[in-house]
Amino acid sequence: MQHILLRNRETPDIGKFDVYVQNGGYEGLRKALDMTPDAVTGQVKDSNLRGRGGAGFPTGMKWSFVPKVEGPKYVAVNADESEPGTFKDREILEKNPHALIEGALICAYAIQATAVYIYCRGEFWDLAHNIEAEIEKARTAGWVGNRIAGKDWSCEVYVHLGAGAYICGEESALLNSLEGKLGQPRVRPPFPAVAGLYARPTVINNVETLANVPFIMVNGAAEFKKIGTEKSPGTKVFCMSGHVANPGNYELPLGTTFRDLIYTHAGGIANGKKLKAILPSGASGPLLAATDKVLDTPLTYEDVAALGSVLGSASVIMLDEDTDMVWATQRMAYFFRHESCGKCTPCREGTYWLEKKMNSIIDKKATATDIKILEDVAVQMQGKSLCALGDFATSPIVSSLKLFRNEYEAYVEPPAKPAAKAPAAKPAARAAAPVAAGGD
Amino acid sequence: MLDPKYNERIGQIFARYPDKRSAVMPMLYVAQEQYGWVSPEAIADVADVCEMDPTQVTSIAGFYTMFRETPKGKFWLQVCTDLPCALKGADQFYEGLLKLVGLDHHHDTTEDGLFTVEHVTCLAACDKAPMLQCNFHFHESLDLEKMKALIDSWRAEASSGTLTEAQGLP
Ligand SMILES: Cc1cc2nc3c(=O)[nH]c(=O)nc-3n(C[C@H](O)[C@H](O)[C@H](O)COP(=O)(O)O)c2cc1C
Ligand code: SF4
Ligand code: FES
Repeated sequence: MQHILLRNRETPDIGKFDVYVQNGGYEGLRKALDMTPDAVTGQVKDSNLRGRGGAGFPTGMKWSFVPKVEGPKYVAVNADESEPGTFKDREILEKNPHALIEGALICAYAIQATAVYIYCRGEFWDLAHNIEAEIEKARTAGWVGNRIAGKDWSCEVYVHLGAGAYICGEESALLNSLEGKLGQPRVRPPFPAVAGLYARPTVINNVETLANVPFIMVNGAAEFKKIGTEKSPGTKVFCMSGHVANPGNYELPLGTTFRDLIYTHAGGIANGKKLKAILPSGASGPLLAATDKVLDTPLTYEDVAALGSVLGSASVIMLDEDTDMVWATQRMAYFFRHESCGKCTPCREGTYWLEKKMNSIIDKKATATDIKILEDVAVQMQGKSLCALGDFATSPIVSSLKLFRNEYEAYVEPPAKPAAKAPAAKPAARAAAPVAAGGD
Repeated sequence: MLDPKYNERIGQIFARYPDKRSAVMPMLYVAQEQYGWVSPEAIADVADVCEMDPTQVTSIAGFYTMFRETPKGKFWLQVCTDLPCALKGADQFYEGLLKLVGLDHHHDTTEDGLFTVEHVTCLAACDKAPMLQCNFHFHESLDLEKMKALIDSWRAEASSGTLTEAQGLP
C-alpha cells in the first residue's frame, strides 16, 4: 500500500522542502487557497477524518466550531507525543514534516488563523530545530508569513518546545504551558474553539491528524473515504512495541484486524512466544486478553470500543505469555502517579494510593483486602477528575484485575498454599530502578 | 545577567509570542545553557526578562523534567524504563549502566562530575529499546556493549577537553 502519512517510506528524502514539492507538496494548500475557508472545512468534514490524538473527534466538525470573529486566531499542533508506546508523530515530524506544516496551514486558512504553534515535546530537541529550518524554506517559497501565495491571508508558523511533562499533551494544559503558565488542564467551558490560546479561538489537532489533510485537499473526500471503514476512514499509523518480533510504525487502513497487524505485518510475537495480552492504546486504555475474538476485531474507533477498550493513539503494546501482569500494571501505576499534575484531589491522591497498593502487592506485603482496596480506589476515581488522566490511571488496574485477578491473588496468598497460577517469570522483581529509593 | 551572546536568540524567541510570559520555557533553556542548571541566578534572569515573579519561574522550572533543578554531570543520561522499554530489558540495561559508570544509586552523579544517571518515562522511541537520552540527544537500540563503547568515547572526549556531546546543550 502507498503511504499517505509515512511517505518517507517510499521517498526517504521527502522531509526536505524541495523533494516534498517535487512530489506534489503544497498542492493541497494551493487548492485550499482557491476555495473559501468554509469550503475547506466542508471538505474535511465530508472526509470524516477523525482526530488521531486519542479521542477520535471529527476534525472538520472541530474546525467548524470556531466563530467568525476579527482578530487573532490560532492553530496549536499537538506534537507532545508522550503516551507510553507512541512514536508515530515522531516519525512524521522527523521524516515527513512538511505534511504536517502544510496540513496545519490548511487548517489555519480554514479558520482564518493568524499563527500556528507547533508544541513539540522538549525531548524532540533535534528534530524541532530541523522543523524550524524547514519552515524557513517554506517561508522563502512564500508558503509561510505575509500574504501567503499572494493571497490576502497571512499566517506565521512557530515551534514551541515543551520540557518533559506528559500532561502537556492534554489540550488545555498544552495551551497553559504555551502561555507560560503551569502546564495544568483548564476547567471547561469555555472550550478552546471559543476561548483557547490567549483566550482567542483556537483549534488543537494532533500531528497525524493534520498530516492527513493535504491528501484530502488534493484527492478529495471521496478518495479518502475509500480507505478504511465508513465510520473510521483513512489509514492509521500503528505503533508496535513490547514483545513483538518487528517493532516499529505500520501505516495501514483502519479496519485492519489485530491478527493481521500483529502476525502479517509486524512478524508476530518475538522469540516464538504466545501472545497473552494487548494494550491497544498505551498505558491509557484497558488491557485486552489475546482471545480469538479480540484478534479478529478490526482496528477502528467503534470496534475497539465495543471490546471495552479504546483505539486511542493506536500505540499497541504486546505482552507475551511470560509477562507478569501485576508487574506490568505496577509500572503503569508508577507512570500515572509520576505524571499526575496534582491539580485535582481524586487524581493526585488516587494515583498515589494506586501506586502504593501496587507496590505493596508486588513486594508481597499485601493481603486480599489490599486488592479490594486497590479496586475500590480505582473505581471511586472514575469520572471524578478534571481531565481524562484521572480515568486513564484506573484503566490498566481495573482491566488487569478483571482479566488476570488470579495473578494478583498469587501474590497475596500465603506461600504454603498452592497458587491458582503462579506469577510468570518477570524481569527483576519490582524493577529496583524506577520505583525504589525515590529521587522523583 | 543573561550573556549578551544570547541577545539575538532571545529576540527571536520574544518575536514568537504576543506576551513576554509565554517565553518563559525557551528562556529557561537559554539560562540553563548559560549556568548549566536552573540556578537561583538563572531563575532571577528569566524572571527579569519575562517580567515575572521569580517564585512563578521557580514553580515552572520544577514542573518539567528537562530543567535541571540541581547541577548534573557533563553527560546527563536519562534512560527510559517505561513499560514498553521495560518489556525489552530496560531495567537490566539501567542496572548495568549504573555499574558501568560506577554508581550505586540512581539519580546520582559520578565523583568526577562526568555522569548523572536517571530513569525517565516514555521518550517516544519504544521500538528501539533500550534507549537513553544524553543531554537531549537520543541513543537507541543499545545494549551494554554499545553502552560501554559510548562511555569510553565520552570519557576520552572529557579528558581531551572536546565535549561534543555536551555542546549545544539546551
Ligand atoms: C493526559 C492526556 C494526554 C494527552 N496526550 C496527547 C498527546 O501527547 N498528543 C496528542 O495529540 N493528544 C494528546 N491528548 C489528547 C488531546 O487532549 C487532544 O484531544 C488532541 O490533541 C486533539 O487532537 P485531535 O482531535 O487531532 O486528535 C492527551 C489527552 C490527555 C487527557
Ligand atoms: S485529573 Fe490528574 S492530571 Fe488531570 S487535572 Fe486532575 S490532577 Fe491534573
Ligand atoms: S517506553 Fe521507552 S521510549 Fe517509549
